[in-house]
Amino acid sequence: MNSLTKTAALVGTDAVAEAMRQINPDVVAAYPITPQTAIVETFSQMVADGLVKTHMIAVESEHSAMSATIGAASCGIRAMTCTSSQGLALMWELLYIASGLRLPIVMPNVNRSLSAPINIHCDHGDSMGARDSGWIQLFSENAQEAYDNTIQAIRIAEHPDVQLPVMVLMDGFIISHSIDRLDIQDDASVQNFIGTRNPTYSLLDAQSPVSVGTFDSLYGYFFEFKRQQEEGMSNALKVIQEVGKEFGSLFGRPYGLFETVGMEDAEYAVVATSSAAGTIRTEVERLRSKGIPIGMVKLRSFRPFPAVQLAKLLSGLKAVAVFDRSNTFAGNIGGPIFIELRSSLYELEKRPQIINYVFGLGGRDLSVELVKKAVSRLIDIKPNEIIQQNVYYLGLRE
Amino acid sequence: MSTKLKDLAKKPQILSGGHRLCAGCGAPIAVRQVLMGVPDDVKIVVACPTGCLEVSTTIYPYTSWNCSYIHCAFENAAATLSGVETAYRSCKEQGKIKEEYRFIAFGGDGGTYDIGLQSLSGALERGHRLIYVCYNNEAYMNTGIQRSGATIKGTWTTTSPFGNNSYGKKENQKNLTAIAAAHNIPYVAQGSISHWKDLVRKAKKAFATDGPVFLNVLTPCHRGWRFPMEKTVEIAKLAVQTCMWPLYEVENGKWNLTVKVRDKKPIEEYLKPQGRFAHLFKKSPEVLAAIQENIDREWEKLLHLCGEK
Repeated sequence: MNSLTKTAALVGTDAVAEAMRQINPDVVAAYPITPQTAIVETFSQMVADGLVKTHMIAVESEHSAMSATIGAASCGIRAMTCTSSQGLALMWELLYIASGLRLPIVMPNVNRSLSAPINIHCDHGDSMGARDSGWIQLFSENAQEAYDNTIQAIRIAEHPDVQLPVMVLMDGFIISHSIDRLDIQDDASVQNFIGTRNPTYSLLDAQSPVSVGTFDSLYGYFFEFKRQQEEGMSNALKVIQEVGKEFGSLFGRPYGLFETVGMEDAEYAVVATSSAAGTIRTEVERLRSKGIPIGMVKLRSFRPFPAVQLAKLLSGLKAVAVFDRSNTFAGNIGGPIFIELRSSLYELEKRPQIINYVFGLGGRDLSVELVKKAVSRLIDIKPNEIIQQNVYYLGLRE
Repeated sequence: MSTKLKDLAKKPQILSGGHRLCAGCGAPIAVRQVLMGVPDDVKIVVACPTGCLEVSTTIYPYTSWNCSYIHCAFENAAATLSGVETAYRSCKEQGKIKEEYRFIAFGGDGGTYDIGLQSLSGALERGHRLIYVCYNNEAYMNTGIQRSGATIKGTWTTTSPFGNNSYGKKENQKNLTAIAAAHNIPYVAQGSISHWKDLVRKAKKAFATDGPVFLNVLTPCHRGWRFPMEKTVEIAKLAVQTCMWPLYEVENGKWNLTVKVRDKKPIEEYLKPQGRFAHLFKKSPEVLAAIQENIDREWEKLLHLCGEK
């Protein structure tokens, strides 16, 4: 298949809206919130201009946005929404319902900090708050990845072995409001790639009516349902890679669970996500050019968490630094990626030393200088050193 | 189709028997009367917020619904159903389905007056073609009789108990039917399970309405209201006869009294048989007068709105 590629200069929100136009969902229910608003605005204009077949529901809250999306997706059609921050927090109970009902909803979430104090800028506290909600979570480094992830998310969510909702994450303002160069595939290629949804059940199946969201109590099957949900998430590890590979073979941009820089010969590694990976890559490549054996792992799939794959990759390294753009408020034990990665390394015979940098809360800038400071500490770690402090707050005014 | 009892009795039951609601519960009576209004050639999807009706009719792996049904959460039946209705319009437009569907929510007063009010208001304002029925038993009965915005002044509930410093709930109930009418939607009505003919007629209008509909139906709960279980319909009837629960409709902005009460009974006749008001008769007779005063004032207002005065 020959896919025509068009190069465009778009802000991140428009890149996502463009992906949504090409997906052409049957129903979109959404509510505006900074910095996601531009997605809703651009997409509403597309509906107004007749560029999509989508029926748009301009709801009165994010709670209703997710509720209406759940109702629509239960009819076996493609339904989407998008949000940020407080909006995601307001959806919280429904996130669990969407995943528990095994509805393949795709939702871009433009990462923004959670109040208080109120702040509209980027950190990952919002989506990290939903990390146990049963949603697949894919991070995007730039507008290109946000576009690509949104398209791939449809295939991942609807895969019969997965049947779970997907959150596509991109950094508020840093990506959502910055103009970026990206390649846009032609509409037909995208449509071919995503295909059509083949639902198992639909509320609108006149021959076979169905009760959705039934009551399941003490002597019911709740535990079994939840175990199956975990299975769907485990299956997603394989499906994310398959879909990413197919996407790459068609469009020239392959995807996996994570991306690596220089890990073939690295003795030290930085693990990061999203836009910060761009800044960190610059420093890692500079050090590599000077002969320092350092690499980078850019985590794409936070849910499911590729624990086994990361452990294999990091086994035998001297030291690893994990960059977290959110905190767990668990008493200085580090950010969520750090905690989960450290746990993943536990069984390794050759376990690397590991430190954590919590950075960028509320949009605090991550400069190359700060990365330099962090990495210099990393490559200074001695093999048998007893690490006294493993959680650092990078860029904090102290 | 007629509203003759012998014809209505022939209609297939959409809510089947074998559900686990209490004997004497008003809710399934309301559901069945409303669903008698479903046109013969039409399919329906029912949505319920969390509540007695929801937990008692869909105990997995069973369901009492002979139609498609969805429960999402407590405060969002209207929003959920607006998504279903929109998906239907999309499918219809794309030629994916041929059947005619109508969409109907049955929510208790907790899920409608209180926690679900925003979701309901949004759905009504957006103009979805859906019918929202509140089966109003004037408290949170599923969690064990707690006061709601529909609970009337003086009522004993577990969160508005009477005691040395309390005569029960201090506030009057809100007028949700009027709030729904203020959305200027095509059809709003108040019904009671005691007046089945009136309610079935309203349901028929609801199903024929091309736009949002709100029906507020009084469904006494003998567990929460403290009366013998065989008296459910009788109590509902007294609510109408005392003008505690007037039966009216607002059709395209026109208010119309559908059951005219000629000899309004004193409120004591409605309150006396119910244990939830027993303390008022023993200790707080002044509250009885206040309840009567509120009823009289609201009734007068309604008569004016309906052009009866």
